Amino acid sequence: MAETVLMRNFQRASSHTLAVYRDAGGYGAWEKARAMEPAAITEAVKQSNLRGLGGAGFPTGMKWSFIPKGHTGPVYLVVNADEGEPGTFKDRYLLERDPHALIEGMLIAARAIRSALGFVYIRGEYVQPWRKFAAAVKEAYDAGLLGQGFDVIVHRGAGAYICGEETGLLSSLEGKKGWPKIKPPFPAIKGAFGQPTIVNNVETLCCVPPIIDRGAAWFSGLGTKTQGGTRMYSVSGRVKRPGVYEASVSITLRQLIERAGGVTGTGRLKAVVPGGGSAAILTADEIDVTMDVDGLRNAGTMIGSAGVMVMDESVSIPEALLVLARFYAHESCGQCTPCRESTGWIYKMVHRIVDGHGRKDDLDTILDVARRGAGTTICAFYDGAVGPYISYIEKFRPEFEALIRK
Amino acid sequence: MSEPRVGATTSANRPPTRQGGLADPATTIRFSGDQLAEVRRLQSLYPDPRGALLPVLHMAQETFGHISLETEAYVAGLFDLSPAHVHEVVTFYTLYFQQPKGRHVVAVCHNLSCTLAGAKDILAHVKRRLGVEVGETTDDGRVTLQSVECLCACEAAPMAQVDDRYEPNLTPDKVDRILEGLR
Repeated sequence: MAETVLMRNFQRASSHTLAVYRDAGGYGAWEKARAMEPAAITEAVKQSNLRGLGGAGFPTGMKWSFIPKGHTGPVYLVVNADEGEPGTFKDRYLLERDPHALIEGMLIAARAIRSALGFVYIRGEYVQPWRKFAAAVKEAYDAGLLGQGFDVIVHRGAGAYICGEETGLLSSLEGKKGWPKIKPPFPAIKGAFGQPTIVNNVETLCCVPPIIDRGAAWFSGLGTKTQGGTRMYSVSGRVKRPGVYEASVSITLRQLIERAGGVTGTGRLKAVVPGGGSAAILTADEIDVTMDVDGLRNAGTMIGSAGVMVMDESVSIPEALLVLARFYAHESCGQCTPCRESTGWIYKMVHRIVDGHGRKDDLDTILDVARRGAGTTICAFYDGAVGPYISYIEKFRPEFEALIRK
Repeated sequence: MSEPRVGATTSANRPPTRQGGLADPATTIRFSGDQLAEVRRLQSLYPDPRGALLPVLHMAQETFGHISLETEAYVAGLFDLSPAHVHEVVTFYTLYFQQPKGRHVVAVCHNLSCTLAGAKDILAHVKRRLGVEVGETTDDGRVTLQSVECLCACEAAPMAQVDDRYEPNLTPDKVDRILEGLR
């Protein structure tokens, strides 16, 4: 049984309140961090092998160290709480059940990067999580934890998946449509409102207090050689007990599905999406992989946001792809031509295949269009769409062909 | 400063707007004095006042029901922006309604986990019960129906958002009870 780090307080009554968080030792790590040099905090996070848990898996401590040395102007800390990756719901749990863990993580991170102002960008649909989190921020102000050199602005989004992409998020935070920006410059050099900015996911920052509290070596030891810690896996689809499960990042996909009670429906596994809608699909005989950044990268897919969606043998893969193709067509921000055009056309092609009007060369056309567009756009959105397009068709081609022949 | 006219500048350090005054000055779209104070407070929080545009648009929608072109022009005036800049923001995000909506909004999730749990049948059931298609509002102005992308509550699939609330683990019976509760 893996250690419970991120979900340690979830079972406590009123876990979202300051009193309960403090009773459980909350803000002790912040007390410790206040006595540390900023560089020592960053070093501890580096040593912990914490990697970003929002999707990209970038080493968190290294990201923090990219803030230009000697910069004298403002530095901003931005929390990405724009959870939107299909199949992912972990940040919602953290915002509602342990908001002070995020505030404490922000305080520590802000000290490390010398930021006096943080923003928490919460997706607009998350009304209840927003209320819970905003109430916690108010408590933290009243208790003098915030407002003493570090302020927090809670910012609501307005409905756009692309604002989960860090530079799209920054555009949105600046009061614009959420168009991603060309990198470089990376946000750490020129981010929100033109100033050096660190953008971290909710869950990533919630790992920071335990790292300071219990030490980098302890955290690093929980995971694999290249990624420390546990993380929260969102498991849904055809499993007995859908829900969020915390486990070491060294858990295998097979073990995770077992923890969620195993496969329902026919009871026979057909395929699994391991890391949110944008991850390439895995077949039933590809699930003995560890659920860390590198384990899934080596398996040709990605851990992404760790949203696991399970499909039993009765699920139609072309219909599953249709759902995702509609999603990408709807959510493409329209800035880059390859993404804007391809997501729309591929949705139409998958649609006609599922409707029984597919043409003989449709599958090859989709694969060709997908491959040509990959890597040609400003942000990773289209690459995220290409993962499913290619993998669903390549791994389940006979199923698509059967629909076309009909 | 008294209540600003449409198109009036609100931040003293900026030049007067060029394009902010297009709306009819006799417009009924106006925030109260308290709301205008809140707008100014929000604008002062951000390193650039424009950062407050999304929150102020949320406020505008709560106050006026939806965001009309007239409202866009009014908000543009509060930010010293051109109405076109506000329009491109309003049209980019799904939570801003450009047309009047019903007193309640039912948004059924249609992404992958909900589909695997029967979201198609749930949506069909909601349509039948309300007698509207996706995107439409019931004749009595009670409910607007939407079919939306992942709301990130996949552990409770199939689910929907009803106004501010997430409604988990939907069944036809549960849908009926929820709809009956919407007045």
